[in-house]
Amino acid sequence: MAFEGLSAKLQNVFKNLRGKGRLSESDVKAAMKEVKMALLEADVSFKVVKSFINDVTERAVGQDVLNSLTPGQMVIKIVNEELTKLMGDETVEIELKSGNEPTIIMMCGLQGAGKTTMAAKLAGKFKSKGRKPLLVACDIYRPAAIEQLRINAEKVGVDFFQMGTGHAPVDIVKAALNHAKAENENVVIIDTAGRLHIDEEMMQELITIKEEIKVDHTLLTVDSMTGQDAVNVAEAFNSKLEITGVILTKLDGDTRGGAALSIKFVTGKPILYIGTGEKMGDVEQFYPDRMASRILGMGDILTLIDKAEAQYNEEKSKELEKKIRKAEFDFNDYLEQIENMRNMGGLSQIMEMLPGMGMGNVNLNDFDADQGEKGLKMVESIIHSMTAKERANPDLLNPSRKNRIAKGAGVDIADVNRMVKQFYESRKMMKQMSGMFSGKKKGKFKLPFGFGG
Amino acid sequence: MSEEIENSGKKEKKGFFSRLAAGLAKTRHSISSGLSSIFSAFSQIDDDFYEELEETLIMADIGVNATMEIMDNLREKVKENHIKNPEECKQLLIDSICEQMSVPEDAYEFENKPSVVMVIGVNGVGKTTSIGKLAGQLKNSGKRVIVAAADTFRAGAIDQLATWTERAGVELISQSEGSDPAAVVFDAVNAAKSRKADVLLCDTAGRLHNKKNLMEELRKINKIVDREYPDAYRETLVVLDGTTGQNALAQAKQFGEVADITGIIITKLDGTAKGGIAVAISKELSIPVKYIGVGEHIDDLQKFDPRSFTEALFAGEEDNQK
Repeated sequence: MAFEGLSAKLQNVFKNLRGKGRLSESDVKAAMKEVKMALLEADVSFKVVKSFINDVTERAVGQDVLNSLTPGQMVIKIVNEELTKLMGDETVEIELKSGNEPTIIMMCGLQGAGKTTMAAKLAGKFKSKGRKPLLVACDIYRPAAIEQLRINAEKVGVDFFQMGTGHAPVDIVKAALNHAKAENENVVIIDTAGRLHIDEEMMQELITIKEEIKVDHTLLTVDSMTGQDAVNVAEAFNSKLEITGVILTKLDGDTRGGAALSIKFVTGKPILYIGTGEKMGDVEQFYPDRMASRILGMGDILTLIDKAEAQYNEEKSKELEKKIRKAEFDFNDYLEQIENMRNMGGLSQIMEMLPGMGMGNVNLNDFDADQGEKGLKMVESIIHSMTAKERANPDLLNPSRKNRIAKGAGVDIADVNRMVKQFYESRKMMKQMSGMFSGKKKGKFKLPFGFGG
Repeated sequence: MSEEIENSGKKEKKGFFSRLAAGLAKTRHSISSGLSSIFSAFSQIDDDFYEELEETLIMADIGVNATMEIMDNLREKVKENHIKNPEECKQLLIDSICEQMSVPEDAYEFENKPSVVMVIGVNGVGKTTSIGKLAGQLKNSGKRVIVAAADTFRAGAIDQLATWTERAGVELISQSEGSDPAAVVFDAVNAAKSRKADVLLCDTAGRLHNKKNLMEELRKINKIVDREYPDAYRETLVVLDGTTGQNALAQAKQFGEVADITGIIITKLDGTAKGGIAVAISKELSIPVKYIGVGEHIDDLQKFDPRSFTEALFAGEEDNQK
């Protein structure tokens, strides 16, 4: 159920409401039924959904519908705001001690959540911030877990400590701390074996580490695809180990990730990082507002905007925005956009972040990124075959110029025609988009899309 | 570690049902404690009763759609048969879920023919572990087994599989980390043919089902088996993590687009996860669940029995004494 689905359903619920201007109790209740379904489909825990729906209903009843919004949008706005509030109001950074005093971080979680991979990713992240991390292998059970951590430690270029499978984890940690001291390492990340939260014996192993060593951060790693059980897992780990933060993994999948909300709700502990891919650099800060949108199925459009913003300098984008507004956007800008888009991680990554894309019903398999890249290359070669004047003034193009360009780029004139047509279309679309998003508090939507090809 | 295997071998003698019951104890406890209280708290079948029931099913990860269908079906049957008693209603529910999850008669045919079993799934669901257990079980039943280490991506994956195959005493075909998985499968298929192996088990790298390139790689691997070993009986098992929520459906669907899925393994059912996704998948995709994983021991990978699974799931506390 993508956002479009929820949105359409809400429009349906409110179709008789047009012009009333205020949300009545029965309207809100009907809408909340749909929201409830959407949240359950996103794997938010039933208990959490129930309590959330009650709160939001209370808040929404009697609300004036803002002029610019339909009642359905108004409900989504309220739901999204409440959801964001629940997810935590701000991004939380993990606190590292200053100087050479080591910060001790212990990973924990169920089997297969991604602890070992994430431990190495975090080490890489801290290293890039100028820290000196040490990875400690305490998974003495899973075959080759130590080897996995060793290889990943090598990949991110940080030191690695192990004592094989014959020692108790608490003893390994103690020895590792001495090692860290001797090597002046100031972040110690302990990888532990995956364990069931109801396995008393295995949980005791971690409790012992916490009793004997001053662990600064106990991080629960959770697979973002977890279903209703997320509450049980989080509750158990939190009550036994007093976790300090949560890491969500495998968010590069198409899960809506309702587990995030459940975990935050039952533990109250911040979600710190998210795992977004197989590469060691694929670890990101957690943004509560974006996760809220994702759970509701609104895509991660904010991440997209953020990524786009990072690529532009402010002035340039202002200029660009002006151009878009006036539809002065020319081929030079178009070319630049293509480059920027590449820098952002390529077409498929951007597509995945758009609402509805890569989520549930819409299948990214339908979109062929390679084909898209080929198309982009052709667009580039066509633009490169234009004169400076033509690039700055797209209206100049006439059949004979197009013919010359086609020859220069080694393509058919039909390709040139198509590309020019697309250029005008995306210019038009951009103008509309810039208008659409200009009212939003998160800043203006500055990313023009020319999906050529 | 080898002691552990011997131990687990002895435990096997305790009988399949007692092990299943033990593994599912927590599962059963959580779902049935919910259900039992519902069934006893209500003296008649009314809207509140249905609503509670619906909630319980959703909380078991059965999913909104499957739950709605199950409930509609239940309501209809209750009406048709003039059922007034919540206990009878419970039996109906068990029957209807059980029916949906039936395993076809030829589900384990691959054990009796020269076969290639591909094991696929997203990251961290337990593919390698499941293969290790399956290899051990097949070997113990006298089959000649070869295992292909086609997860050449994840650090340590080959070593992990090597440990398992060593324990099981079966042959492993592998190359170095980072090599082409298709080449590993090619080698393994030829080894299986020339050594007349009964079963070739192929481990593959975990891949999220929305990664197009990785899914294409799977298609390519399948093609190689098709081409090199056309006579082999083919079995393609998708491994799903029992704690996974609704996303497991998307996984099963999309793996089904690149591979001809013949069955599902649901792992990690020894936790508090209720495994309801198994019901949703049987219902929505008609792919049979063939194995469930209920623990760390080699015999904790069990053939899926819908009747005992469903009954164990729904049995009230007093029924456990039987």
